[in-house]
Amino acid sequence: MIACRKSFTDTLLELARKDKDIIAVTTDARGSVTLTDFAKELPAQFVECGIAEQDAVGISAGLAHSGKKVFCCGPACFYVARSLEQVKVDLAYSKNPAKILGVSGGVAYGPLGATHHSLHDIAVLRCFPGMNIVLPPDARATAKLVKFLVDFPQPVYVRVGRAAVPDVYENDDFDFEIGKANTLLEGNDITIIGAGETVYHAFRAGMRLRDRGINARVLDLSWIKPFDKDAVLKAARETGRIVTVEEHSRFGGLGALVTETLSENPVPVKILGIPDENVVHGSSPEIFHHYGLDAEGIENAVLGFMK
Amino acid sequence: MNTSELKLIAERNRKRLLEVICSANAGHTGGDLSCLNVLTALYFHTLDIDGEKLDDPDRDRFILSKGHCAEALFVTLEAKGILKKETLDTLGHFGSPLGGHPTVNVPGIEVSSGALGHGLSIGVGMALAARMDGRQYRTFVLMGDGEQGEGSIYEAAMAGNQFKLGNLVAIIDRNHLQISGDTEDVMAIEDIREKWSAFGWEVTDMDGDDIDDIVEKLDSLSFGTGKPHLLISHTTKGKGVSYMENVAKWHHGVPCAEQYAEAMKEIESRIMIMEEAL
Repeated sequence: MIACRKSFTDTLLELARKDKDIIAVTTDARGSVTLTDFAKELPAQFVECGIAEQDAVGISAGLAHSGKKVFCCGPACFYVARSLEQVKVDLAYSKNPAKILGVSGGVAYGPLGATHHSLHDIAVLRCFPGMNIVLPPDARATAKLVKFLVDFPQPVYVRVGRAAVPDVYENDDFDFEIGKANTLLEGNDITIIGAGETVYHAFRAGMRLRDRGINARVLDLSWIKPFDKDAVLKAARETGRIVTVEEHSRFGGLGALVTETLSENPVPVKILGIPDENVVHGSSPEIFHHYGLDAEGIENAVLGFMK
Repeated sequence: MNTSELKLIAERNRKRLLEVICSANAGHTGGDLSCLNVLTALYFHTLDIDGEKLDDPDRDRFILSKGHCAEALFVTLEAKGILKKETLDTLGHFGSPLGGHPTVNVPGIEVSSGALGHGLSIGVGMALAARMDGRQYRTFVLMGDGEQGEGSIYEAAMAGNQFKLGNLVAIIDRNHLQISGDTEDVMAIEDIREKWSAFGWEVTDMDGDDIDDIVEKLDSLSFGTGKPHLLISHTTKGKGVSYMENVAKWHHGVPCAEQYAEAMKEIESRIMIMEEAL
């Protein structure tokens, strides 16, 4: 198992060796992003901004404006709060195609508490015209994503976690295409949709349900913006009810995206996510378990929902 | 182009500024007028920008960080031939590509601005990119003095020094007035020179009301020193319209018909004298 952040920076370093326009920007976070090797090997392509996220996003905008392929990397919690206005104005509104890599997103910082959680990022960034959002679910998807992002001419927010995550994709024989969902399990009894780290748990829940004779469709909807509207509509039409699972506030995220999409032709949707409270202290797996976002919690939610 | 010609362009831009502000029925008139001389000197004397090749990677970069003074930039771009008259005539009208702040949808505008305290960081990025690519272009960022309250500016000030960006020029339009009154009463920003010197910048005072002095100070900048530059442009808010000068309420405001006529009379009489002298 490998952490998505490490998959991201390994791939970035590999590409940057051959492309001097690839620039990594960070905010005293080279260690936590896993950019230490990049900084050592390619110092001329590495920009250390110190603890100054607003400045880092602005600088990234200026570099991207001048043709650089910029990856502005640091803790997700700060980039989508402290420097949110720079993301809105300097990247999205000004159409500067820098990429934000938010690491240790969601509740990955566990016991460090609400200052370090980013459970509102999808909700706010979805509202910025021109902004793209993706939460790759595992290391292989992350590596494919980086290769795509290098020359993608729009700003993108990428959220990954902190710890190593199990493989959702067991080999490289899959597409992780912008705006496209992947179907991980076929089924017509119900659909479970995940994004980012919840995709694996959704998949595990789907397997457990299969043992109970329930054929759940499981969708990887890690591309949040743009997203695969057709896959959501099809799932509603063919399975009749949907459970969404997100490492995000229940407000404004994946669940909201799905219910908005179905608002004219609704089917019952259950939104699993973080309720409107400050998250309990604990490790990331403990927090997932507490809020029912792991395989067991999702399975129970599905069983309750289908009664 | 000599400074007499620049002064004439600046006065013509003042006239056009009041026309478009009255047509739009909105504008940050006082701050537009205080930075108009600097914009004229930049676009007609200093900046290497070809209106026919706005995406030339070697062009000088200009960022209006005090984005609320968009009208002053728009009239300057029109005078430079970059923005069409028929486009500027739509300013403030429904569906116009032009609004009260610069956006990248307007030719000649590098970045959308209007939220204060953003421009200098972007300028740092542009200046850094120039050095990475071995290009000789310079980056100029015009900020307001009230804008100096934004903390992000000082993050950028540190970065400009850290990265030794001698190709970066920040300008503060020091007209002393922000929307609620004197900057020193609202939240004091002095001593600007000492602060920016302490941040490692080369600081120069400039009479921003006097095009001769602006040109002299811009010409004296040395871009190879490894030290970023700050020009404190001492100006008068509402410069060039006597009843607006040093009056905080003209931070934004549209002259009534009588006031418009009075302003035009003042400006046109100056233009007439300048034209005769040339």
